[in-house]
Amino acid sequence: MAETIQLHFDVPGDDFTRAGEASGQTKRTLKKIGFSSDTIRRVSIAMYEGEINMVIHAGGGVIDVEIAPDRIEMWLRDKGPGIPDVELAMQEGYSTAPDNVRSLGFGAGMGLPNIKKYTDDMKIDTEIGVGTTVYMAVQNH
Amino acid sequence: MVFRRALGKWCYRLDLSFHSVTLDSGKCKGCIHCIKRCPTQAIRVRNGKALILSELCVDCGECIRVCPHHAKKAVYDPLDIIQNYTYKIAMPAPSLYGQINNLDDIDYVLTALKHMGFDHVFEVSRAAELVSEATRLKMQEGTLRYPIISSACPVVERLIRVRFPELCDHVLPLLSPMETAARMARKEAMEETGLPSEEIGIFFISPCPAKVTDIKRPIGCEKSAVDGALAMSEIYPKLISRMNKIDQPEPLACSGLIGVSWAGSGGESAALLDNHYLAADGMENVIKVLEEVEDGKLDDVHFIELNACAGGCVGGVLTVENPYVAKTRIQLLRKYLPVSKNHLHDGLVPQDMFWSEPLEEAPVMRLSEDLTESMRMMTEIDRIHGQLPGLDCGSCGAPTCRALAEDIVRGLANENDCVFRLREQVRALAASLTGLESLSSQRKEEK
Repeated sequence: MAETIQLHFDVPGDDFTRAGEASGQTKRTLKKIGFSSDTIRRVSIAMYEGEINMVIHAGGGVIDVEIAPDRIEMWLRDKGPGIPDVELAMQEGYSTAPDNVRSLGFGAGMGLPNIKKYTDDMKIDTEIGVGTTVYMAVQNH
Repeated sequence: MVFRRALGKWCYRLDLSFHSVTLDSGKCKGCIHCIKRCPTQAIRVRNGKALILSELCVDCGECIRVCPHHAKKAVYDPLDIIQNYTYKIAMPAPSLYGQINNLDDIDYVLTALKHMGFDHVFEVSRAAELVSEATRLKMQEGTLRYPIISSACPVVERLIRVRFPELCDHVLPLLSPMETAARMARKEAMEETGLPSEEIGIFFISPCPAKVTDIKRPIGCEKSAVDGALAMSEIYPKLISRMNKIDQPEPLACSGLIGVSWAGSGGESAALLDNHYLAADGMENVIKVLEEVEDGKLDDVHFIELNACAGGCVGGVLTVENPYVAKTRIQLLRKYLPVSKNHLHDGLVPQDMFWSEPLEEAPVMRLSEDLTESMRMMTEIDRIHGQLPGLDCGSCGAPTCRALAEDIVRGLANENDCVFRLREQVRALAASLTGLESLSSQRKEEK
């Protein structure tokens, strides 16, 4: 089996100025390695959405990335409130983001739908009051 | 004369790595100002002198601005190059007008240029008005990929190729106003004078080194229609002294405020008459915006105007005036100008305004062509980086510890280039020498 590269990030909660650091760092790593433009684009958009979600809804969390030549996998784990209705949260335009977040241009209800759109695999494990893990994977073509 | 010109063209063909931004190694002290500032990490200090890595350099001129020893300079053509041609045309960038105080009539500038030895002047702002109209038409067609990124700044084009290759297809596929202006000027001059193309010399009066590079090594077309690039800073004193001697200027100006406003950041966007635009200037801001485009955060923006220099072209390294002062002057000049004086015929964009060659990515930052090999190298970079002090001091000649780790893995540097690692090694060596010393004296005593 080919070697993989692991990246680990702590995402601080409620700090919008730092949101995007993890996806930015991952993007730079993927560029250096030389993944295709399309793969890099899909990973960055999906991961950025996930990262922002953690900041808005869950007070931050941790992200683990595993990079293999054919597949990039990401696990976004938080100890937030959990998602009561995953099916509803997956609908475009549905959002529970507070007004102060919306005023910054976030909270349009496109986060999870966008993640689904840009990834090849996506799985949400969530438990109310315990937290959420979003798994996502992008195949490199 | 003919020989010199032939030689010039020969050199031009050979020199595929031409850069206007170059090093004067006699003045270089090997300090770290430039390596820290370079947006593409294209500079290293080797053997006490800065070294620009040609394939990474985007000619932004940041190193020229920041070098305290003036060891970085822009190469451009000498003014007497115009003597190689029978009919000489000056093409002033609109930023030139912002260099002059109390200017209320562009004709003074254009007339003074003619008095400097040019037979004709052709304002780049004329072509800028056509590029604005062509952009509006293309946007109405709806075939371009949003957000559309302006192709006017040669640094931004080069930065995208090198650092944001996946955004190449967002760049507006139109030639810059300079290139379109040169083609128009040549056609007009040939019709008017009956001279063959090679006897007509077209010279751009440039606010920045990147435009000089863009003429010698263009993007979007095989060969530039411009024959030489003159520095605005070199033209300026000669221009001023001639302007002072003009009684009655010739009526030469033929552009409106749309074209002239391209001199400053936001001018190109405002001409699109579509408020869904974003205009950013200054290298750091440009990079931040491109990163946001990458992340899909600016998908609802229609047009993005990016200028590598603060303030726009008026902030170019080869200008003489403070960019914000220059921008204010352009603003004041606008009130004397009509909206636009140049229009496309029949509302059609002529084919020669488009790129003849697509903007191709130049992913020079990737570690290796082979993914598995790249990943092995990346793991090695991470390992070495973990052992470096993480101070990003630049003493090794690389801008950051990570860049040094990468240089080591690429075989361009070694771990002892890090002064802290070297100090540790020396200490270890000293300790083992002392150890040997005490061991041998102990043995002597035992004897």
